[in-house]
Amino acid sequence: MKTFVYIDHFKGEVQPASWEALGLAKTFGEAFALVFGAGAEGVAQSALEYGADEVLFADDASLSDYRAELYAATLSALAASHNPNLILFPTTSRAKELAAMAAVDLNSGAMTDLISLEADGASFVGARPIYEGKLIEKITCAASPAIATLRGRAFPKPDRQEGKSGAITKVAAAGEAKSNVEGYATAENVVNLGDAGVIVSGGRGVSNNPALTPPADLDEKQAEIWRAQQGFALVTELAQTLDGAVGASRAAVDGGYISYAHQVGQTGKVVTPDLYIACGISGAIQHLVGMRNAKVIVAINKDADAPIFKAAKYGVVGDLFQILPPLTAAFKKKLGK
Amino acid sequence: MKIIACIKQVPDSEAKVKAENGQVSWGDAPLVINPFDEYAVEGALQQKEAVGGSAVTALCIGPESAKEALKHALAMGADEAILVSDAALGTIDSVGAAKILAAAIQKIGADLVVFGRQTLDNGAGVTPPQTARALGWAMLGLAGSVKVEGSAVTVERVLEEGRQIVKADLPAVVSVVQSIGEPRYPSFMGIRKASKANIPVWSLADLGADAPSAVVTRSELLAPPSRESAVEIISGETSAEIAEKLADKIIAEKVL
Ligand SMILES: Cc1cc2nc3c(=O)[nH]c(=O)nc-3n(C[C@H](O)[C@H](O)[C@H](O)COP(=O)(O)OP(=O)(O)OC[C@H]3O[C@@H](n4cnc5c(N)ncnc54)[C@H](O)[C@@H]3O)c2cc1C
Ligand SMILES: Nc1ncnc2c1ncn2[C@@H]1O[C@H](COP(=O)(O)O)[C@@H](O)[C@H]1O
Repeated sequence: MKTFVYIDHFKGEVQPASWEALGLAKTFGEAFALVFGAGAEGVAQSALEYGADEVLFADDASLSDYRAELYAATLSALAASHNPNLILFPTTSRAKELAAMAAVDLNSGAMTDLISLEADGASFVGARPIYEGKLIEKITCAASPAIATLRGRAFPKPDRQEGKSGAITKVAAAGEAKSNVEGYATAENVVNLGDAGVIVSGGRGVSNNPALTPPADLDEKQAEIWRAQQGFALVTELAQTLDGAVGASRAAVDGGYISYAHQVGQTGKVVTPDLYIACGISGAIQHLVGMRNAKVIVAINKDADAPIFKAAKYGVVGDLFQILPPLTAAFKKKLGK
Repeated sequence: MKIIACIKQVPDSEAKVKAENGQVSWGDAPLVINPFDEYAVEGALQQKEAVGGSAVTALCIGPESAKEALKHALAMGADEAILVSDAALGTIDSVGAAKILAAAIQKIGADLVVFGRQTLDNGAGVTPPQTARALGWAMLGLAGSVKVEGSAVTVERVLEEGRQIVKADLPAVVSVVQSIGEPRYPSFMGIRKASKANIPVWSLADLGADAPSAVVTRSELLAPPSRESAVEIISGETSAEIAEKLADKIIAEKVL
């Protein structure tokens, strides 16, 4: 059995679910890692260390920025010449797009966001949540190569063997560019909710501390945002103490408290951390669908009837401004930070 | 500029969706325009307003009932709507849907096709790039903003690491995310117009297309593992005491 694994990276920073895909590929047999991008030698070496038997490395200058058509054509050409049985991708923005396009190029189909994947004779059977996680479907990809994207954190990450050597084979780019990358705007700080093991999220409640007095020159809306920023400072401090990421409800994002990249839920990110702490979030269905598969959910909310408590394992009925500072302090002490 | 917004009809997110005899059932919960596709319609209307002489067509593959979702797009301000409906399309996979959409887009003619990020039911987010591939057009996915200038379109893609600014020649396919702006509410006039609209229904024969055969098929439908116990409320005399207890509980879970 031969599996291709697409390693998704941005300027050398690998999306960790790529390694999880490599780990799964090894359980099926031979694993080829695909690393695209000029200057990505470091990624190619890491792919060997995470278990790839061989790396197919396309470092043509035309591939220095991710561009859908060139990357997809390069990938499809490699698949046509190497005939893998299966192509795996992490479920990231770029990789999902490539999986989709490769499915068209290779007359196959894409099974996305899988939480399990097994070989069944010559075909593959995957399981994936549908209807916002209200159901799970098992699906089969009848064509070869089968194409699948794996949900982050659903498969174990393989151990890294530092310094492991192996073949890094240079391969050519293919296809015709249809777009040009004009630049990057990284004003929004990088938020990698998909890979975070711990997420501490804030909702509309983070702006609700009447005891705080905003600077006098702010209008009502600015004062609300100012209050919310004090609340998010507490959320962020707890997240940092737990080496976690900061999430938010849509109300917090729409209120201008924090950027869209932090939003968890139906129109934001679907996350599956080991620990999710919801602070001042009511638990609307559109928020719950984004986080209810977290292993342990903790809710801090003033309102004992808030629906978030139905999803939570532990709850505190109280004011987040009262609870978060001693909670962060308790963790600092107990975790020796 | 000719703009097409691709939309789907889905059960409302409040619906109690269940598996019944291997089929998905949502009781009598209402069917609505896929919420992400309201952003697609909004994105298309923004471009219509930005580029003089433009028109927006809403396009959907679905059963007869999906006309209601198309009417929502018309009420928001789309100029016309087309439903592709055919008994042979009951079991298509997303590559199949993309090929049919591509055929319909070719027949309508378009400079810019706007998709939603993903559907609520299927949730794959693969139909836009697959349609672009089937058309051979540029794909600019997950756009947080869209700007058409002359014969080119520039978008800011919202990616894991921040925003990537990408430019392509028209015709092109874009999918949009929430940052493009809240979908407008249907106006009173729009609702009246939509209720009277005559929505053409195209069959596969009208498209000159064969029924695609599905490569990816569903073999089983399962309920997700149910969450076990009720919430344990942590209480105490002081916030500090509650915080201590909660921290101990969380540490005992071994999730840190
Ligand atoms: C199509 C659609 C898509 C949507 N997508 C999303 C999505 O992706 N993500 C999302 O989150 N929402 C989404 N929503 C919105 C969702 O329905 C809710 O409106 C939103 O989640 C509410 O956010 P919230 O819980 O922060 O605010 P609220 O519902 O206002 O809740 C605030 C909570 O904070 C508590 N509180 C107040 N002050 C304090 C305090 N000092 N200490 C402790 N608790 C306090 C209150 O008791 C209350 O429960 C979507 C809605 C629609 C229609
Ligand atoms: N049946 C359909 N008819 C029209 N557009 C669709 C259909 N299915 C999906 N789409 C479009 O493709 C996007 C992604 O869908 P999906 O790949 O199913 O998540 C949606 O947001 C719609 O814009």
